[in-house]
Amino acid sequence: MTDRALEVLEPGLLTLVEDLGRPGWAHIGVGRSGAADAGALRLANRLVANDEGAAGLEVLLGGLRVRAVGDVTVALAGARGPAWLDDRPVGHEAVLELRSGTELRLGTVTSGLRTYVAVRGGIDVPTVLGSRSTDQLAALGPGPVRAGDVLPVGAAPVGWPVVDLAPVAAPPDRVELPVVPGPHADWFEDVLARLQAGEWHVTPSTNRVAVRLTGPALARTPDATGRELPSEGLVLGAVQVPPDGQPVVFGVDHPVTGGYPVVAVVRRYAHGRLAQVRPGDRVSFVHGLASV
Amino acid sequence: MTDARAPRVVPYGDDAVLVELPGLAEVRALDDAVRAARTTDPDAAGIVDQVPAARTLLLRVREDADPGALPVERWWAARSDRTAEAEAREVVLAVDYDGPDLADVSRLTGLTVDEVVARHTGARYTVAFGGFMAGFAYLVGLDPVLRVPRLDSPRERVPAGSVAIADEFSAVYPAATPGGWRLLGRCERTLFDVHRDPPALLQPGTHVRFTAS
Repeated sequence: MTDRALEVLEPGLLTLVEDLGRPGWAHIGVGRSGAADAGALRLANRLVANDEGAAGLEVLLGGLRVRAVGDVTVALAGARGPAWLDDRPVGHEAVLELRSGTELRLGTVTSGLRTYVAVRGGIDVPTVLGSRSTDQLAALGPGPVRAGDVLPVGAAPVGWPVVDLAPVAAPPDRVELPVVPGPHADWFEDVLARLQAGEWHVTPSTNRVAVRLTGPALARTPDATGRELPSEGLVLGAVQVPPDGQPVVFGVDHPVTGGYPVVAVVRRYAHGRLAQVRPGDRVSFVHGLASV
Repeated sequence: MTDARAPRVVPYGDDAVLVELPGLAEVRALDDAVRAARTTDPDAAGIVDQVPAARTLLLRVREDADPGALPVERWWAARSDRTAEAEAREVVLAVDYDGPDLADVSRLTGLTVDEVVARHTGARYTVAFGGFMAGFAYLVGLDPVLRVPRLDSPRERVPAGSVAIADEFSAVYPAATPGGWRLLGRCERTLFDVHRDPPALLQPGTHVRFTAS
């Protein structure tokens, strides 16, 4: 531990410490968790020359205010929105130097849901089962950040940032989720085609556990109607269809097992998109490859 | 000759396969075989999580590994139906049999309360799989006479340490949670502790006995 830290002035709606999670414990009921948009956390970490898995802050919809205790270097990635160092506007995906006492402030995000703040040296809270991540389903890890928290910053890595800026394309207006068939696709009538044809909207009861969608109800085949599924292992991106026929797409804090059929699975390269959809957004499913 | 118990490997996204098996005994055998392979077999090096359940074993791999390349059939062929490591580990849990559902279980089974306790302590259980919550273990081996359905409507709060039964399973709740199983008693042991190695007292394959305290 060092004498550098981030002092939390306002946490915004929800700010969590996240790294790349705690794989390897699913058999005892502990899920992977970690940054919902792992690609964004990794990018922010690379910008400050951290190990990609260093712990940073995951900020829901902006609103975070932190003050540097000692000189710290940070970078923002993920959901876009205005940001300031004291009163000076600053950009995302850029290396930002904060002198001791400088305040970093995130405005309301304008696209996406979760912004990541990486800090050179990483947020150095104690690990739980090998990770600093907060798992909201299992209630493991440090829990939501609160005003007044002083988050210790770890020792700086040996390397120095090699670029000042990483250009990232603006996110598309409509989110495409590429999927492959899941283990129980055949329980439903023509389910991949119906997922592709349907208009799906993200409901407000969406969180790190799952993105819940509403649209045309998916119907089982006559053979599979009323069939029970013993619980089985789940993965990030699994598209599960409960009895109401409305798909649930599991996120990083998903339960380790589930008892409803999984009809499709979101491709790995689109997991970050899944973390950035907002309630009210329209999403579409694409079978196989979609634009990257 | 085909093996009627042979696993069926189903693709499950870019990072995993779901291995479907006829039942719990086969899941236990393959789960143990894969766990053993992970210490010795380079082909298992990409596995980061394995999740046994009632009729399936989920194998999830690292991002740079191909789940379709896992030699599941080879591990199945190398399995043992009785593994030495699992045989060795038995946990004995002392239980205060004063649960709020004892009278209902007695009525549903036609046994006296003492007989319910005798049947519950008389069996040797095995952890079939986890899930539901951290440290929760589905125990099989319950006396079939004690098979009772879940509550019609779940309790909003089941206290930590509650010893419960439902259908073919018994379990101990590691922490307070809503739950619909029938509560027979209480156990003082800590089932899950992140500062302990291993954190879960009961892991897939562990044997369990209950004693009345």
